[in-house]
Amino acid sequence: MDDTTLYWQALNRALDSEMAADDSVIMLGEDVGLYGGTYRVTEGLMAKYGEWRVRDTPISENSFVGLGVGAALAGLRPIVEIMTVNFALLAMDAIVNMAAKIPFMSGGQFAMPLTIRMPGGVARQLGAQHSQRLEVLFMNVPGLRMVVPSTVQDAWWQLRQAIRSNDPVIVLEHERLYFSKGPLDETADPPPPHQAVVRCTGADVTLIAWSRMTEVALAAARSLRDDHVAAEVIDLRSLLPIDWTTCQASLDKTHRCLIVDETSRFGGAGAEIAATLQERCFFSLDAPIARVAGLDIPVPFNGALEESCIPGERDVIDAVHRLIGRP
Amino acid sequence: MSRDLLRRFVHDMLLARAFEERAAQEYTNGRIRGFLHLYPGEEAAAVGVVQAAEPSDYVVSTYREHVHALVRGIPARYIMAELFGKKDGVSHGMGGSMHLFDRERRFMGGYAIVGETFPIALGIGYAIACRNLPEAVICFFGDGAANQGTFHESLNMAALWRIPVLFVCENNHYQIGTEIHRHSAVTDIHKRACAYAIPAEKVDGMDVLTVYEAARRALDTIRNEGGPHLLELETYRFRGHSMADPGAYRPPAEVQAYLRDDPLAAVIRRAETVDPTPGKHKPPLTDAHPPSPFRGRAWEALGDADIEALRTEVMAVVDDAVRFAEASPDPTLDDAWRDFHRNHAQETLI
Repeated sequence: MDDTTLYWQALNRALDSEMAADDSVIMLGEDVGLYGGTYRVTEGLMAKYGEWRVRDTPISENSFVGLGVGAALAGLRPIVEIMTVNFALLAMDAIVNMAAKIPFMSGGQFAMPLTIRMPGGVARQLGAQHSQRLEVLFMNVPGLRMVVPSTVQDAWWQLRQAIRSNDPVIVLEHERLYFSKGPLDETADPPPPHQAVVRCTGADVTLIAWSRMTEVALAAARSLRDDHVAAEVIDLRSLLPIDWTTCQASLDKTHRCLIVDETSRFGGAGAEIAATLQERCFFSLDAPIARVAGLDIPVPFNGALEESCIPGERDVIDAVHRLIGRP
Repeated sequence: MSRDLLRRFVHDMLLARAFEERAAQEYTNGRIRGFLHLYPGEEAAAVGVVQAAEPSDYVVSTYREHVHALVRGIPARYIMAELFGKKDGVSHGMGGSMHLFDRERRFMGGYAIVGETFPIALGIGYAIACRNLPEAVICFFGDGAANQGTFHESLNMAALWRIPVLFVCENNHYQIGTEIHRHSAVTDIHKRACAYAIPAEKVDGMDVLTVYEAARRALDTIRNEGGPHLLELETYRFRGHSMADPGAYRPPAEVQAYLRDDPLAAVIRRAETVDPTPGKHKPPLTDAHPPSPFRGRAWEALGDADIEALRTEVMAVVDDAVRFAEASPDPTLDDAWRDFHRNHAQETLI
């Protein structure tokens, strides 16, 4: 086990390992083949598996995701890469109307072993069209599943679990995580794909985060320790379904909860989490569940403004102080 | 052989007409609800194309797909039960009229968003090509669907990678209420295929033998030479777009003219003739287009008695289908959850 694996490399190894293990696993997307993927995730795979299994597609998102749906109906296990979540808007028909519906509409006759990988989130000054957090668009679609790995280890585990699943699974990666480093143990047994994990324990307040916001929450928790506040950080790892049991156990202990949400606040992912936990944990709470979230504005290009549109460590610390009633 | 095939055509078209007319009645009686898109007038298209396919081929269809499903061999009672929303329906009452699926018969669904059949068929074809199998996909679509982005996106990819799909345009001249000259700059849908170097032809979609022969030729080419093919069938729907549509936007003279060209009446007339002269149906006789089984061969006609027997037979099938659908129970919410969770029943999610 080493400490130097990059997030994209873990994804790359996961793809390689599943393709080696199962001939029916194929991959397609824009520039996934010869170019090796815009974030290097598919590097070297076309040379190894050939172009029928690693297919460069034209810029036709709705049809190449739909191709993945059709191929899954005929027994392949396709992995479709959408270059960024922003382009998934062009493929919503394939994702929402086809992939999520066919297994059910067929009365359970068909499986849908389709994996859709794409990065989301605010990167660095890519402009409003390339800086979206669209988790909620998928969360409101029964029939889909969505994992949001925040660590190198989870990138490895959760992508492989998605490929092996018979449901359509969205693997929502993050543009700012591709070059993050961490330990990777390729032999360890994974937890279930949608189980949340406690990344850091504490008794005063629970911070709930996912994807890149887990880093932000953990950094805030470290700083809060200096202020003698013990924050527990839960990494959801999945937004569809959500592991409420792990959240509830933590809230029963801390009695306070802050959701750290990169999506825009209004109707964002945090809204669903707050509403459900409020219902489940009302009598253990000492304060209303609070949220720090993205501003309800398209992301400006200017770097400083961009940062101010999404939660940072300082925002989390301030929100925790407000929540526990200390200045 | 020819006689059997002709008999099969007459049977399928009689069944298709009887099934759809009965579905309309059941809708009027309130036993079928929701959207109901019926097929009378277009039977030659479904029967000619689907009968030309092998059992190992796949069929991808639209929301007007009851007849495609019937011809593919799905028993009428399971289709009718699905129209009724019952548990014994082909999709367990979860799909409905527009979403018939039968995995065993490779009937890969009816799709209710116009233009979805293209990428679905492309993907199934991709799986076939990946494995180098001698199979093909039949992809039905209407004239209106040719203006969706997926038409162009999917035809491009199908041609680029030589995917074995037979794209079949059922051109009935209307996208709901908008006549083709008001929705398409180029009204010959097959001409658009040349933009993607896909061989294409247009044939009379009111004549089942012509359709069958064209589909056979196209499927042979796909199997022998690979790559996609496009067939445009000129046809007409006698009814409105759905049961909710009286079709008032169509000139009565136009409807009357097409009614005189009824494909069902035509196939019966033909069946009663000893030598069906191919006349206006003339695919070129080249090596690539072997002579049709109907041409230049003396064959026995079907008599009035045969036709009547077939009529009686299909009426009995349709009556039975309605009785079966009525008797079938409604699915429960438990059934729905079971179907919903089926694909991860063995998996630990959390």
